[in-house]
Amino acid sequence: MRLRFLAPVLTFAAIAAIMWYALFNLNPKEIPSEMISKPLPEFDLAAVPDYGPALATADLASGKITLLNVFASWCVACLAEHPFFMDLKRQNLVDIYGLNYKDTPDAAAQWLSRHGNPYMRTGMDIKGRVGIDLGVYGVPETFVISADGKILDKIIGPVSKDIFDTRIRPFLQGTGS
Amino acid sequence: MLRLGALGCIIGLLVTFSAQAVFVENQLDDTALEARARHISEGIRCLVCQNQSILDSNADLAKDLRKIVRERIQLGESDDQVRSFLVTRYGDWVLLDPPFKLRTVFLWFGPLFIFLGGGIAVFFFMRGRSQNRLDDQPEKLTASEKAELDKLLHPDESGRAS
Repeated sequence: MRLRFLAPVLTFAAIAAIMWYALFNLNPKEIPSEMISKPLPEFDLAAVPDYGPALATADLASGKITLLNVFASWCVACLAEHPFFMDLKRQNLVDIYGLNYKDTPDAAAQWLSRHGNPYMRTGMDIKGRVGIDLGVYGVPETFVISADGKILDKIIGPVSKDIFDTRIRPFLQGTGS
Repeated sequence: MLRLGALGCIIGLLVTFSAQAVFVENQLDDTALEARARHISEGIRCLVCQNQSILDSNADLAKDLRKIVRERIQLGESDDQVRSFLVTRYGDWVLLDPPFKLRTVFLWFGPLFIFLGGGIAVFFFMRGRSQNRLDDQPEKLTASEKAELDKLLHPDESGRAS
């Protein structure tokens, strides 16, 4: 009972600990995807000129785990992850498909010629409708797609080596849920 | 003084106008449908600028979503169907008025629980305090203690007496 005076201090410490955790570990800008473990929506898109072949839903049920990367030439954060995707392509670790989001064909083609093309196929979602069907709300976003074309996970923001190792590699090794 | 009044009027007008500003691109011709579209849009949270509805957000995505809402209404869908179209893609998160579900119980009742918890804490705190006050009643001095105290307080009197 002598330690009763500590009650407010402990209460404060508990609240502070929760807020500290939330401040550094939770990102309010990251809205959990509603599409996880759902099949991909139907789409059939033309390729970025000269960066084909074109991209349709059926192409993503490829029999192995693949990535679907949403990118745009106007997106600054895409530049940050692009060299890493080029690395992935060089190492041939996983097939990456590119969904060009709300861009113009010329700008997209120019961007790919300048920064390299890590994609097996590209599709242009000029009006952004496929993006909305996928629940995309910002670029870049990267979907992990199962062998039968279901969405396994979504990474919001640029993919780095760390994120790849913690969130994508487990799927590739077959240990992901 | 007059100038200040005029300035006040102008600011007042600006505020009222800006409050009415909504982003309308392609309004529906049917005013009843347009009203429904706006009513739905008002309740859909913009994913880019989080605490605004898509009706008063100027984000590109909000624009697209408003367009989709209008399209769906024109296709003859009910308000709930339009909402569920968005919820299947973006989750309950897009609804500014979250539905009551098992997952959202804490959201709805959390503040009540915290309030009640605080109330109980205050109740015990106050009760503890008033009990302490009863306990703190000073003990009566014994006769010898009283004599000693008297001696200390009035040394002169005792001196004069001797």
